[in-house]
Amino acid sequence: MTSAVFAKNLVKQYKDTLAVAGIDFDVHAGECFGIIGPNGAGKTTTMKMIYCATPRTGGELSVLGRDPNIHPELVKNDLGVVPQDNNLDTDFDVLGNLTTYARYFGIPHERAITCARELLDFVQLTEKQHSTIEDLSSGMRRRLLVARGLINDPRLFILDEPTVGLDPQARHLIWDKLRMLKKANVTLLLTTHYMEEATELCDRVAVMDRGKILVMGPPRELVRRFIGEEVLELVLPGGEQEKVTQGLAYFRATVERTDQKLYLYCEDCRPLLTHLTDRGYRHILRRPATLEDVFLKLTGRDLID
Amino acid sequence: MIRVSLRFWKVWRRDFDAFMKYIYVNLMGNLGDPVLYLLAMGLGLGKFLGDMQGVSYVQFLAPGVIVSAGMFAATYECTYASFLKMFHLKTYDAIIVTPVNLEDAVGGDIIWGASKAFFSGCLMFAVVAAFGLVHSWWSLLVPLLIVIVGFHFASLAMLVTSLSRSFDFFSYFFELIITPLFFFSGVFFPLDSFPWWLRALAYCSPLTHAVTLCRALILGHIPPHPYISIAILIIPAVALFYGSIYLMRRRMIK
Repeated sequence: MTSAVFAKNLVKQYKDTLAVAGIDFDVHAGECFGIIGPNGAGKTTTMKMIYCATPRTGGELSVLGRDPNIHPELVKNDLGVVPQDNNLDTDFDVLGNLTTYARYFGIPHERAITCARELLDFVQLTEKQHSTIEDLSSGMRRRLLVARGLINDPRLFILDEPTVGLDPQARHLIWDKLRMLKKANVTLLLTTHYMEEATELCDRVAVMDRGKILVMGPPRELVRRFIGEEVLELVLPGGEQEKVTQGLAYFRATVERTDQKLYLYCEDCRPLLTHLTDRGYRHILRRPATLEDVFLKLTGRDLID
Repeated sequence: MIRVSLRFWKVWRRDFDAFMKYIYVNLMGNLGDPVLYLLAMGLGLGKFLGDMQGVSYVQFLAPGVIVSAGMFAATYECTYASFLKMFHLKTYDAIIVTPVNLEDAVGGDIIWGASKAFFSGCLMFAVVAAFGLVHSWWSLLVPLLIVIVGFHFASLAMLVTSLSRSFDFFSYFFELIITPLFFFSGVFFPLDSFPWWLRALAYCSPLTHAVTLCRALILGHIPPHPYISIAILIIPAVALFYGSIYLMRRRMIK
């Protein structure tokens, strides 16, 4: 299997912050790889090094077989990038944004028009092709950013928080499009805050925190490895949690506390649930474990600024 | 090392296409001020002044107004317009993830600034010609001179933009550099009337040399030191061009 991205001991040091503190990972050709992590974890910086917007400070990095520091033009020629911020060109209409962007890749005008029409069809914006950017909703803008990122038929498609701030319909539409791209064998690399998104789309995820990759693997496997199958959630103030957690060794449950809530992770929660209901506890939520539990367990439940 | 590839034309073309969408508004905006100067000062004030350096006042004034139109067009383009594209609209962020590098983008914007000077200056030149104020075949070189002036001031403006933190910075640049240049570069009156030190200062102004050259071309005279004037317009411009790209890269690529 060939790697679309290969990183070894990758480091990025800004003036006084170590944004990426030596990470190793590779993205296989044709897979969807997700980087998840709290704000300031180093996700965007990692992406920027891959799409040649910032040079790395140390370590090895190869993108589509080339070093971004040495051949940025060649690397970028085969990349599609959907940035976190909307940076569509407000001087042009929807179609004009795509054809202008195609020119940066040296795509001849005739072909650019054909590609642009196809892509507008793909992201369902054909009717808006002559609209100004100001007239688009945020969901439409994001779809146009996706279309723009695909104008050069990229081998590696990089998306930084592709659905942040979108309503559920718009988000599902983007997900559908990304799944279609994956079927067409485009390698996808995305960052996200939404665990649901990572679970839905990614073959493998890397959980990043403070510039390091904490764990990496298929989402389901990570959930099984770090949490188990199920979770019980109890709303309980801190003082009363002690009573519950005593004598749980028998049920082999892992405990996680916050000020107001108690989380119990176990393989099969039924016996524990019966035990707790017998002791008079009500309002217990029993649900399957998710990537969000892994994430919160690994990066902590405290608010990160 | 600074490498600007031929891909800068793609950015130039983007700017050109955006300009063409509102071409009439854009040209009117560029033409307004200089035509006013020509009418108000040349024809109005000129009536009371009589001849200046052996020609009518409006004839004296016209060449300076042509090159200043170029200076202002290039300066506006590479200060306010470029700053907006870089830091507010994030147009640059979108461009530099394509095979076009930041160096190409900045270079393309500067060449665009020079082109805009060319459009404004040539339009002004046409107006001056229509007033019957062009007297020599040498004046066919005026468009070339305007491009050089445009390149000079576009590069200077981009250097200022690379250091600017906000739009306010540009008002200082205009008030402290561009407007004084406009008034003390021999556009409105000959520099002979200045004390020696002010004359020396004016001699350092690139606009002084642009005005001298333009006046000579239009009247068919031989300017006093043509090669020095050309060198003063071109050599610092090349340094400013690369310097501004270097500073912009240092600022935008961390």
